[in-house]
Amino acid sequence: MNLSCPLPQLDFDVITLGHGSGGLLTNKLLQAGVFDLLRNELLDEHHDGAVFSLDGRVAFSTDSYVVSPVFFPGGNIGELAVNGTVNDLAMCGGMPKYLSLAFILEEGLTMQEFWDILVSVKIAAERSGVRIVTGDTKVVERGKGDKVFINTSGVAPLHPKASISRRRIKPGDKIIVSGEIATHGIAIMSVREGLEFETAIRSDTVNLNHTVARLLDRFGEQIHLLTDPTRGGVASALNEIARDASLGMEIWQKNVPVHEEVAGACELLGLDPLYVANEGVFMAFVEPDVAEEALAVLRNDENGHNATLLGEVVAEHPRQVILHSTIGGKRVVNMLVGEQLPRIC
Amino acid sequence: MKFISEFRDPHIVEAYLAELYKTVTRNWTVMEVCGGQTHGLVKNGILNLLPKEITMVHGPGCPVCVTPLHLIDKAVWLAEQQGVILCSFGDMLRVPGSQRSLLEAKAGGADVRILYSPLEAVNIARENPGREVVFFAVGFETTAPANALSVVQARQTGVRNYSILTSHVLVPPAIEAVLNDGEARIQGFLAAGHVCTIMGTAEYYPLVEKYKTPIVVTGFEPVDLLQGILMVVRQLEKGEYRLENQYSRVVKPEGNPQARKVIESVFEVADREWRGIGTIPGSGYELKPEFATWDANKKFNVPLEKAAENPDCIAGLVLKGIKKPYECPQFGKKCTPQMPLGAPMVSSEGACAAYYHFSQTG
Repeated sequence: MNLSCPLPQLDFDVITLGHGSGGLLTNKLLQAGVFDLLRNELLDEHHDGAVFSLDGRVAFSTDSYVVSPVFFPGGNIGELAVNGTVNDLAMCGGMPKYLSLAFILEEGLTMQEFWDILVSVKIAAERSGVRIVTGDTKVVERGKGDKVFINTSGVAPLHPKASISRRRIKPGDKIIVSGEIATHGIAIMSVREGLEFETAIRSDTVNLNHTVARLLDRFGEQIHLLTDPTRGGVASALNEIARDASLGMEIWQKNVPVHEEVAGACELLGLDPLYVANEGVFMAFVEPDVAEEALAVLRNDENGHNATLLGEVVAEHPRQVILHSTIGGKRVVNMLVGEQLPRIC
Repeated sequence: MKFISEFRDPHIVEAYLAELYKTVTRNWTVMEVCGGQTHGLVKNGILNLLPKEITMVHGPGCPVCVTPLHLIDKAVWLAEQQGVILCSFGDMLRVPGSQRSLLEAKAGGADVRILYSPLEAVNIARENPGREVVFFAVGFETTAPANALSVVQARQTGVRNYSILTSHVLVPPAIEAVLNDGEARIQGFLAAGHVCTIMGTAEYYPLVEKYKTPIVVTGFEPVDLLQGILMVVRQLEKGEYRLENQYSRVVKPEGNPQARKVIESVFEVADREWRGIGTIPGSGYELKPEFATWDANKKFNVPLEKAAENPDCIAGLVLKGIKKPYECPQFGKKCTPQMPLGAPMVSSEGACAAYYHFSQTG
């Protein structure tokens, strides 16, 4: 994984129930590994919680990560747990600073796997500039978990120019999508049991906070809403917003960015990329007159090369998302019902 | 995407539409037999681009929709037996049985697994010798070869804890049933391209002759669909009836001989009940008697009474093309993809779900 962080010397090869007991084994695990790896002055206190000061308005968010399998092409649950919460905070217009990290480990998880996940947490935290300041480790019996579950919560002082809210979107706003959609969902599906297919598709999980900060630096209040379409995909995210804002949305199929290989996998599996989960992608609702400029800024950003103008907010057909198909037809795009199930033929 | 984007090219679509508008002079009712075609028509918003003279009516070609209620109940019952692993294609899981769906059975603790291929189920049987693995073998002629092959493989490798719960249906008898139905009044058909990829086109000539009705074997992309519609309408306008093959890049007249050989070695044609339509003679496949070991219908004694269909659901009329989904009083009200009353609201190939998901505005 990362040669600079070799697995420390531990008495066990696998996680046992004792590692969650709070006693000697828990302490050994934390002292020998976790605390050293994630070291910072707040965590070094080894106290029941972290103590720090924050000024002004603060965004606060939490998310649990139960992805299966925990190691997937392009990443693992560790970086996902950091990036996910960092991105949720960034979508609020926050500049993420501190995260909590809580593990629920399944008995029998190998120490090597646990360590690899921790190293990923560390790297992702460094990349996004957040510190892990408090945490927890519990162990459940074999069969009661799926290797690793992680919960992270985070706090982020708001960007001084940010004014992000569903209430701020209005007819005429342009909807920008920052990159190719459906990549993460298809990467995970490609390694699900019974579904394995050979592909070079890798998850695009990445922290988006620096990209969002650059947009906010430049456009401030002209950005009305930010959202990352994770579960349920772009279609569900747009529907939720349309419903809450009582506004309509129109999107253009020709501008829906999907990597060719992902599009191919979707065709094979009978899935609609608009409903497939994303990680390293967000949507921005912006004032129409800065849309082109915002697009240009994004396209110069490492996380926005494939950004497109996806659509716009309209006053007509409130609470409904309409897609203009490539061939000139129109259809309603609904919210995802349950899970997308593969078709028979 | 090569070989797909060409068939979604807006300029070509426009050209076909222009030709359709030029060609059509009277009202015509055309049935797209396959649920995949219904899906293609609504997903791409083609229905509201067509000349108003052309009425497209969806056919019974959705395997999920026509699988009888008692077979779903049977699958659910089997899934809930100790030691059984029930494997299925994904979109069967949400179809409501009389008590519950497979998805609900799964949530209740049954071992239900979603697979893409029945051959995977044979592997699961091999890895779990102490358990019975049942594959819910649903589908038209398209899924029959793989289902047949799984039985052949199980027999060759001595896997005896594997069986299939067959619910195979065939397209040509269904087209004939629609043609015999006084209410339906279909004037031309788009036959299902994928089915013909396996079976070839020979079966359709007698239908064309007997009922003097044009049938065009058609694909699923926008250009395919429009070209297929144009080919049917041209025949209708001239008062002709022929079998034509729009989907010739995939469909050969003889079909796929290897796949047909596997089907013929394992299955025999039998009468089959279609949900919402009733029993159509010679419209399905059963496993041949020598494969009884792998026939879940024979292997397990399922003590279930035949349950009654929900009286509010008009699936039968929808599947025969007599009613449009939105003409059902329950459509989008009591019946939605979250709480489906009948199967066509479940599958992505189902006419009701297609109309619900992609319904036009205004």
